[in-house]
Amino acid sequence: MKATPLSNCERRFLLRAVEERKRLDGRQCYDYRNVRISFGADYGCCIVELGKTRVLAQVSCELVPPKPNRPTEGILFFNLELSPMAAPGFEPGRQSELLVKLNRLIERCLRNSKCIDTESLCVVAGEKVWQIRLDLHLLNHDGNIIDAASIAGIVALCHFRRPDVSVQGEEVTVYTPEERDPVPLSIHHMPICVSFAFFQQGTYLLVDPSEREERVMDGLLVIAMNKHHEICTIQSSGGIMLVKDQVLRCSKITAVKVAEITELIQKALENDQKVRKEGGKFGFAESIPNQKITTFKMESAAVDTNNVEEQAEEIITKADPPSEVFAKPILHTPGTAQIGEGIENSWGDLEESEREEAAEEEGESEAAAFECQKMETEDTSTMRETKKDEPIVLSDSEEEEVVILEPQELPKKTRTQTNLKQENTSKKAFNKRRRKKRAAH
Amino acid sequence: SPPSPGDTSVLAGIYGPAEVKGSKELPDRAALEVLLRPKVGLPGVIERSREQLLRRTCEAVVLGVLHPRTAITLVLQVLSDAGSLLSCCLNAACMGLLDAGLPLSSLFCGVTCALDPNGVIVLDPTTRQEQEARAILTFAIDSAERKVLTATTKGSCSVEEMQQCLAAAQRAADTVFQFYRDSVRRRYSKS
Repeated sequence: MKATPLSNCERRFLLRAVEERKRLDGRQCYDYRNVRISFGADYGCCIVELGKTRVLAQVSCELVPPKPNRPTEGILFFNLELSPMAAPGFEPGRQSELLVKLNRLIERCLRNSKCIDTESLCVVAGEKVWQIRLDLHLLNHDGNIIDAASIAGIVALCHFRRPDVSVQGEEVTVYTPEERDPVPLSIHHMPICVSFAFFQQGTYLLVDPSEREERVMDGLLVIAMNKHHEICTIQSSGGIMLVKDQVLRCSKITAVKVAEITELIQKALENDQKVRKEGGKFGFAESIPNQKITTFKMESAAVDTNNVEEQAEEIITKADPPSEVFAKPILHTPGTAQIGEGIENSWGDLEESEREEAAEEEGESEAAAFECQKMETEDTSTMRETKKDEPIVLSDSEEEEVVILEPQELPKKTRTQTNLKQENTSKKAFNKRRRKKRAAH
Repeated sequence: SPPSPGDTSVLAGIYGPAEVKGSKELPDRAALEVLLRPKVGLPGVIERSREQLLRRTCEAVVLGVLHPRTAITLVLQVLSDAGSLLSCCLNAACMGLLDAGLPLSSLFCGVTCALDPNGVIVLDPTTRQEQEARAILTFAIDSAERKVLTATTKGSCSVEEMQQCLAAAQRAADTVFQFYRDSVRRRYSKS
């Protein structure tokens, strides 16, 4: 689907609003939208909503052999996907530039910052390590994908529990969640990205741009920071030239925002932990209904299946019994067989004209390939006894060069084409095509 | 809208009827495309086959002839899987189509039955029940006359058992349609 382009009036309107320090949704320049975190039923699954932008994150793990140049480190794999439901412009095959940019940012933010201790993921040095895979799906695009994705990623990683493992000499035992409680990943710090949109060559600055604002911005500055005020990643794109104190100001704003968001994440993780411990219900089925007015929950309903057997028997007896006739396969020659015979064709008029055509073709068929002839005669000799009085059938092929095969000479055609038959049609079709070619020349 | 029996959740998003690229255009009806995204990993063959199944079911109810030369895109994202995933996808698809306001000839719902080795029918099985079952049957039942739009089975069962499962699924469909009715009523009365 095509994305609707931004009209010029809308662009002008947005830029004017930014100049007057006004935003479409009423926020201040440095305000973030509401962040909402909800967890799924299994460990490592969460949905983060930043305003209307929604990202689903899922962490999974697998035991694999390590990379040859890093035998004692686990493997991290990040994958961000822009789901086609996020925006009409996102199609399964396209939108690669934005996708690559976002993926690289996520990787740099989470991998290069070394927030996850990969040494602790090693089970047997050089042979088995944990591969941690983080899948991010963008469910709705309303601007600032990178922030929402980084929050979702780090929350999912903090929430995830991997199976406990014990090594005795050469033997590795992986315990299921029932045998031993799964173990959380060892995470040093939580880097969170904060995006700044710049307008008018860096004069105006907005934090957490929405989708409309992103479309009209000049450039974007992304700073990933953790709560200890360490910058993990910084990226400026769009070609805007920023002055030093602008960047410093942005990093100060980032520090404030990251502190708030980290606190929110900690609270959400603690809440979820509490609910799971108390044995309460958790998962999307629980978290989503409580927040939306449009969702409706139904308790599991018992279905009356008492009379099901009788009803089923009724249906069976009323239904026609399956036909007792089982078509026997007919063997023409070794390797070629035919099941079933066709029915009489009902195109009465066509038959005559086709027969004339076929008769004409017969005259020309003497020049046909000899191999075809030979095969044909072999075939007809075996067929003649069985098929003499069968009616003529039109082939079911959709090619234009459909021909009626004379019952006396050639075996009739049925739905299941055999090798021989195909050669026959090809021979006939070949002739017809040859005739047409001759006519064309 | 995310319907979820137990802990299985599927999120459906619909775009359309909208402009379609030249090659996919059908001159007399809308071209329906279904995309199913699993939670972990890239979509594989199973997702493709499920997409085709959902597409054929939806095409049977969507009145595509009212919107020729357009495309309707249905995207399904698996949020969590705890059994009966295919019927959850069917339900999500139907509610999505309904909420999007597309013209439909009838609604449909998905019901999964599992036949355990003793022959007992279990409706809406969990993952564990599905693994222990001898056969798993999924039916898409339409709302007008409780006819079967789609039937797909995994495993082996006799004809009688299949008919029994089908009859049970038709009963269950009544409950699901009542749920559709109630949730739509609630949605349009308050918002």
